[in-house]
This record gives sequence, C-alpha cells and structure tokens, in this order.
Amino acid sequence: MSSHDHDHQAVPSDLTLRVKALESLLTEKGLVDPAALDALIDKYQHRVGPRNGARVVARAWIDPTYKQRLLTDGTTAMAELGYGGAQGEHMVVVENTPEIHNLIVCTLCSCYPWSVLGLPPVWYKSAPYRSRAVIDPRGVLREFGLELADETEIRVWDSTAELRYLVLPERPSGSEKLDETALAALVSRDAMIGVAKVTMPSRGVGA
Amino acid sequence: MSQPDSISKTERDPVFAEPWQAQAFALAVRLSEQGYFTWKEWSAALADELKTEATLGYYEHWLAALERLVTAKGLTNEAALLERKEAWADAYRHTPHGKPVELLKEA
Repeated sequence: MSSHDHDHQAVPSDLTLRVKALESLLTEKGLVDPAALDALIDKYQHRVGPRNGARVVARAWIDPTYKQRLLTDGTTAMAELGYGGAQGEHMVVVENTPEIHNLIVCTLCSCYPWSVLGLPPVWYKSAPYRSRAVIDPRGVLREFGLELADETEIRVWDSTAELRYLVLPERPSGSEKLDETALAALVSRDAMIGVAKVTMPSRGVGA
Repeated sequence: MSQPDSISKTERDPVFAEPWQAQAFALAVRLSEQGYFTWKEWSAALADELKTEATLGYYEHWLAALERLVTAKGLTNEAALLERKEAWADAYRHTPHGKPVELLKEA
C-alpha cells in the first residue's frame, strides 16, 4: 500500500500532456506521422544552424557575382548552396556598409531565416527585443556591446511569415588572405542578425 | 541588476529546453507543410498569442496557438483534447515503472 505510488510512473507536466494529447489525436487521424516529426526535430536540433548562413556570407565576400545575385534575389542565391526556405518564404539579404547598419527583428512573433540560421535564440523571441529593436535600435545594439558611430544609419527590418531577412556583414579588414572556409568561421549568428560585427580574432593582445 | 525590459542574452541556448517544446514545434511545422494551414495563418495565430500577457514562456504561447489553430481548422476539438490529456495522465498513473506508457484501449 505505502509503496503504491512508487510503483507507477510520475505524471508529466500539464504542457507535456497537452502536447501528447494533440500528437496522439492527430496521429490517429493520419494527419501527422511521428517519424516525420522526429525527422523535423533532428533537423533543427542538429543539422540546420548559423553555419549555413556563414557559408552564404563567406561566398558573397569572395565572389562578387554571387554577392550580386544574393542581394538581387536571396531566395535563389541561397538555393544555389542548397538552403531552401522551410515555409516557402522569400529571403532578402541586406548589406552592411560603413554608412549603413542593418538589424533584423520580428516585432509580432518570431519569424526568422531558419534555413540559414536555424531556430532563433531566446532573446530574439523575447518581448523586450521585439519591441525595443524598432524604437531604440542604437540602445539595443549598445546592450549587445556594439557601439555605432552617430552618423551610421541603422535600418531595422521587420520579418514576416513571407519575408525573412539576413544581414550580410562587412568583411573585416585584415581578412584579405583568408579562404572561404576560414572566412565562414569568422561569421557569427549575431552578425547575421545584425547585433554584432564580424571581427578578426585578436592575436594574443594582452588585456 | 538589469532593468526589467533589458534583453537577456545567453551565449548558447538549447534549441529546445524540454522535449514537449520540440514536439509542439514539429507538429506546427509538419501540419503546415502538409497544407492543413498556411505558415502565414500560423504566424498570425502565434502573434495573437504573444500579444497576451507575456508571463508565459515562448513555447507555451506556441502550444496555445497550435491548440487554437487545429481546433479552428476542425482537425480536432477542445473536448477531445481535454479527454485525451486525462487519458494520458491516467495511463502514466497506471503504468508500472519501466514499462512504456500506452493509452488504455477503450472498449
């Protein structure tokens, strides 16, 4: 009697039960296949991430004709490297220059260029980022440790279900001798969202 | 320490903090891929949920949006979801340790 509860399994959280209810009902109706769900989870947990976007950026840096295609039609240029929009959305690439800095956000929900960046970080989906990126982009960038000159124009791009943006960061000075792979290794997720710049690794400069 | 609306940044977020989040994510993507709703409809449903009190976590809003959209699309209904949730809770309570939890077959 006393050990009764211990002989059986703990009931999971309400959230887990709600998801199990949905999944089992929809599976029974033949609307979803659990194997397809597992494949999707594996894809976004392990295979799709910012390394894809970094490859796109590095290619654009070394190949001016690719860069031109990327800026003209991001969707097609990314497809050349095998990165397709997960939901049939259009990809728009916005280029940073010494005069213009681009920042991407989704003010209403969490639209994000999944195929080249994976799923968004928690802060990208948070209410403070979604509201403040538009109202006070300079302040937001400062919080990320990025101080821009007063004369730099900041352009904020609000993503939607149909239109996703990727920032093409400036190629850092001193990177002229690097090949495509080495360049891609410099490009961070944050630089492609626009909350960071791409920098050359410092060579043991003492702090 | 930080102001209430400061953006808390972490170096490495896990893609999904808990397994149910991954399942809820995949369900929405898969249903949309199969045409049960468009991604635009999904985004609108999610945006609607996110407009409400932002005390819930992101994926709790995601799940609420999913429940609302599948119900609105007639893929299932609230009563069935509630009943099934109870059935799962029951199954856990009645399954001995170490055995896979399965729904009891209804007579």
